[in-house]
Amino acid sequence: MLRNSPPGSADIGALERKAGRLRRHMLTMARGQGQGYIGQGLGIADTLAALYFHELRYDPENLAWRDRDRFLLSTGHYSIALWAALAEAGIIPVEELTTYGADNSRLEMSTLDTTPGVEVIGGSLGHGLGQGVGQALGLRVDRSEARVFVELSDGEMQEGSTWEAAMSASHFRLDGLVALVDCNGIQADGPVVLDMEPVADKWRAFGWQTSEIDGNDMKAIVEALAQARARNGRPKAIVLRTLPGKGVPRIEISEKSHFFRIDVAQWDGIIADFEKTMGDAR
Amino acid sequence: MSGAAMEAGRTLAMGQDEAVGGGRGSVEAPFGRALARLGQTRPEIVGLTADLGKYTDIHPFRDAFPERFFNVGMAEQNLVAVAAGLARTGKVPFATTYGVFATRRAFDFVAIALAHSNLDVKIVAGLPGLTTGYGGTHQAIEDLALMRMIPGLTIIDPCDATEIEAATEAIAEHKGPVYMRLLRGAVPVVFEPGYRFQIGKARRLREGNDVGIIATGLMTERALDAADALRKQGISAGVLHVPTIKPFDAEAVAEFAAAVRHVVTAENHVVVGGLASLVVETLFDGGIAKTVTRIGLPDRYIECGAVPTLQAKYGLTTQAIVTTIKDLG
Repeated sequence: MLRNSPPGSADIGALERKAGRLRRHMLTMARGQGQGYIGQGLGIADTLAALYFHELRYDPENLAWRDRDRFLLSTGHYSIALWAALAEAGIIPVEELTTYGADNSRLEMSTLDTTPGVEVIGGSLGHGLGQGVGQALGLRVDRSEARVFVELSDGEMQEGSTWEAAMSASHFRLDGLVALVDCNGIQADGPVVLDMEPVADKWRAFGWQTSEIDGNDMKAIVEALAQARARNGRPKAIVLRTLPGKGVPRIEISEKSHFFRIDVAQWDGIIADFEKTMGDAR
Repeated sequence: MSGAAMEAGRTLAMGQDEAVGGGRGSVEAPFGRALARLGQTRPEIVGLTADLGKYTDIHPFRDAFPERFFNVGMAEQNLVAVAAGLARTGKVPFATTYGVFATRRAFDFVAIALAHSNLDVKIVAGLPGLTTGYGGTHQAIEDLALMRMIPGLTIIDPCDATEIEAATEAIAEHKGPVYMRLLRGAVPVVFEPGYRFQIGKARRLREGNDVGIIATGLMTERALDAADALRKQGISAGVLHVPTIKPFDAEAVAEFAAAVRHVVTAENHVVVGGLASLVVETLFDGGIAKTVTRIGLPDRYIECGAVPTLQAKYGLTTQAIVTTIKDLG
């Protein structure tokens, strides 16, 4: 059954509850491994909820549908969030989430495209946007109205290939291409090691219609996605200011947020705290 | 080798001296012409380049199908990434640039964006080996070695205009990523129009039992001329043409090598990691004890200069093959 088509009006509260469910899935998955890229996943949860349960047109029963909107997760290590979203969307079984990162699991710690619903191999950072440009060009050749959403990160903007792709998107006037730039302020060696500010100005200078929002504010995300629907000859960038670990205070304040590893007892405490905040999302 | 196999080898051969005699003609832009022809019946074929359209002979396709042609500018990582994205929407992209840029600069994209997903993208790479005098920045002397390490990538090094046209059709038909070396401009015709090219198949072009020359790319033309010259001097030299570097026709190479006294390899590439290495690996794996003499580029960067001067200096000539084989004694 086709999702989000025609686009309905957004129920912000319902989308926030969806984001809560994604976070709960992620905590369960990270507990199973004792580790994971949980900070990034929790930070991007609101965006993925808005995409999969409001903005993206897709059919969970027909993933190869030619006119589907595509979502490309360029940061492959955010896979924990994608698996949660795909499970909640009915594309992979919820029960499978507990296999996250385990040997022989389809739910790798960094995405491969052999898992249903994955549109690109992320992980070698700087790969996603260019492939999004190619998909948008292909859809244009086919005269399809489908759009292409590419998530990438602030650290990933340090890869030169990101800007090769950014240049070409505006040159080809790919107005069905939307870059979701997750600025969470962390990268492998700690806080962002090479200053990327002003981020939004960079995208504007490359010819992109750019907005900058609190990436953990559901209403702002939904509004920015609505503005990005304009077929006006310009690619769209949404700069998302997100908080790593958002929604789970003990992870929000961790200095180890790029890769989080704690013992099972601590996970149980974190999950118990989280359940108290979930309310009617159960 | 059995008599029957010898006979089969002969029937596969491309005729005799008249097919590869002197005074060869040439065809202008055989790759682009073949691609433009294919484009008429294959609407899913699209073309891309990174600011080297007219230098990689893709202009006939660009002119015929401007709405299916994309020039991404000088950005080879993006060239490959965009081609990968197009392939994911069902297109069959042919992406051109120079070999040096497609390999050294875009390697991670070829490996991960294309090969890891087995996407149906064809990279067509100009200036293979020592075919430009612009020095190390432009001479793709190690591209076969680099590309060979990528799982699932098909690699073609055609000899002439006939083979380029046939190989363009074959790789368009083949599902999966391909790296094909390009000879551009007025490309000599060595093989007759009926020449059959098959991905993964070597072709025995000359029979001979003193020496067996295993050659790829433009060196096959020189190997044929050398074999003809040697025959007049009483030396019987066979020629096995190996246009597909990967998957490698190990069976044909082993069979050919087993029947000759000396094996000589000839490639427009460094003698490490390419054809010579493949032949040595094949013979060793098959327990075939032969001395292999490697003709190709040394393991060093080549200077600037006129192409004929450089090819003569570094041994990529008919004369160099003749001399090498006569020196074998």
